Formats: sequence, C-alpha cells, structure tokens
Amino acid sequence: MASTSVATAPGRSAWDGGASPMGASYGKLMMWFFLLSDAFTFSALLITYGLVRSAHPVYTGSVHDFKFSQHYWPIPERVFEAVPFLHGVEAPLVFVGIMTFILIMSSVTMVLAVEAGHRMDRKAVEKWMLWTILGGICFLSCQAWEWSHFIHGSEAGKAVVEGTKFFGANLVHNQYGPPDFAAFFFFITGFHGFHVFSGVCLNFLIYYNTVMGVYDRRGHYEMVEKVGLYWHFVDLVWVFVFTFFYLV
Amino acid sequence: MAHAEETVHINVIPPDHAKIRKLWITALILLVITICEFIVAFTIPHEYKDLRVWIFITMTIVKAAYIVGEFMHLRYEVKVLIWSILIPMIFVVWMLVAFLYEGMAISSVR
Repeated sequence: MASTSVATAPGRSAWDGGASPMGASYGKLMMWFFLLSDAFTFSALLITYGLVRSAHPVYTGSVHDFKFSQHYWPIPERVFEAVPFLHGVEAPLVFVGIMTFILIMSSVTMVLAVEAGHRMDRKAVEKWMLWTILGGICFLSCQAWEWSHFIHGSEAGKAVVEGTKFFGANLVHNQYGPPDFAAFFFFITGFHGFHVFSGVCLNFLIYYNTVMGVYDRRGHYEMVEKVGLYWHFVDLVWVFVFTFFYLV
Repeated sequence: MAHAEETVHINVIPPDHAKIRKLWITALILLVITICEFIVAFTIPHEYKDLRVWIFITMTIVKAAYIVGEFMHLRYEVKVLIWSILIPMIFVVWMLVAFLYEGMAISSVR
C-alpha cells in the first residue's frame, strides 16, 4: 500500500532498514525495475523495426491493388488476413483482434486475482488465476497458429527464380516482402510470446502455491501482486506490438 | 498418530464492489479504444498515412496509461516510484526519434 510518510525512529534514516522508502516492498520494487529494463529491450526491438522499415521504400499504389514484392515494405493488414477454419476468406487483422481481446481479458482476470488476494480470499484467487492461465494458453495457441500460417504461406507465393516460387517465410526468404520483414516478425512476436509463456508458468506456480495454502500461512498474497505486475506488462507490450507491427 | 489438521484462521474481507466495478470499467475502456483502432484502420484511407499513425500512437499511449495506471496500480503509488519508472522512458523517446531520423536518412541516400 502506498503511504507517503515513512515513520523512522529519531536519528535513523529511511534507508537504515525496517522501512520501505518508496512505499513498496523490496520484491515489488525490484519487479518494477526489472520491468523497466525489459521495457528497454522491447523498445530496442520495436525501434529497430521502425528504423529498418523507414529505410525501405514505401508502397505508393492503392491498397486494393497491393501485391507482395521484395522492393517495398508490405502493408501489414494485407499480410495478416487469415482466420482459422475460414480458408480463403480475407479478414484483415480480425485474428489479431481476437488475440488482443484474449490478452486484455486475461489482464482483467489477473487484476481481479490481485484484488481477491488483498482480501485474503483464497477461493476467489484460485478462480481468477485459473481464468488468467486459460487466457494465456489461448493466446499462445493463437500465436502458434499465426506462426504456422506465416511460415507456410498463402497461395500467392513469390517468384524466386523464373519458374520457381517460394511460399511462406523463413529467416532468409519470405513471400511477403523484404527478408527483414519476416525476421522482425519472428523476433518481436517471438520474444513477446516467450514472455507470455514464462508468464503462464509463473501464473501456474502462483496458482499451485495458493491451492497449497502457502500464502494463507504467510499471511499475505503479495506474490500474486508481483506476478500480476509481470502479466500486465506482457499485455502492455502487446498493445505496442499490435499498434506498431500490425496497424501502422 | 492423530492427523494434525493445520487450521490457519483467515479473516476473508468481503469484496468492495465499487473497486471491482472500476476495474471492469477500465477493461471496457481498453476494449472500446481497441475497437476504435479497428474503425480507424478500415475507414481512414491509407493515403492519409500521417494522420493514421498519429491517431494510432495517441490511442496506444492512452491504453498504456490505463494499463500502467490502473491495472499495475502505479497511479496510486508514491511519487518517487512513479517518477523513477517514468523518467527513464525519456531515453526510449530519444532513441525512437534518433533512429527514425536515421532510417529516413538511409532511405534518402539509397
């Protein structure tokens, strides 16, 4: 809990121990600073994407006539327009929209778990942690499908040499645009997906400890709050990835 | 040997519905902004690229503010903590400006 005044005995400073100078516990404070450094990593990835993209020529024709080419950066909404079970239906960004929805909802269930933890309500923490884990797993499954679709490609492959065509993407070639495009897709969404995966593991650990009554015995549910910070950060990063990779 | 039931007496505080309502409203705001982003993506033509980009960036920052402020509870922390998280972000803004400028320079040289 935030409190602006820190009570200290006369002759002692707030840094002599026994007090929380920033009104947050050591663990929570360190989680904040870890997230700050992680934000730098993600910023570096996204800013490099911006650099490389702005160094490439822009497609100038109309969106309707857009064709994949090595010579200019692709329009993202023409790349990500597939939805599972709807083969051949062009639905630009719909699937990414569903993924965004899933992640925001799992952030809400996490914050509800944190709230229940403040009230020492074990049953509610268990319930909301399970929903959060489910949301995380759904998101990862969606990402697995999206990666698989991106790697295998669509019907309109690109001509590599006359007469041969290349479908999908790897780190050297891709049918959608310059090689850097696929490389950034793999690195940015992959690094984010790895964070989601670690988040799901941490959430499961918290759920397990809650069920075993560890936090009841400890007398507080602060671990739920710390892992909650991490989980919200993962959601926060997705908000930026969604804007800069898929929308812009 | 008798099974020693470990009973820890826990006082469960009843939920504060106003607080929970506020969390759901925050979620609703995030969803509405995301839907607005979709509407912008499909109604404003690609010819107005700068306008689109600025709308997207503004909406993203608003969403980020809600997530960090409400969900991560930063708005209610001590001032020192708030500033020690926000001030280092200046480096990110500078890096963004510098690198985009550099990218455009590369593109004009090519």
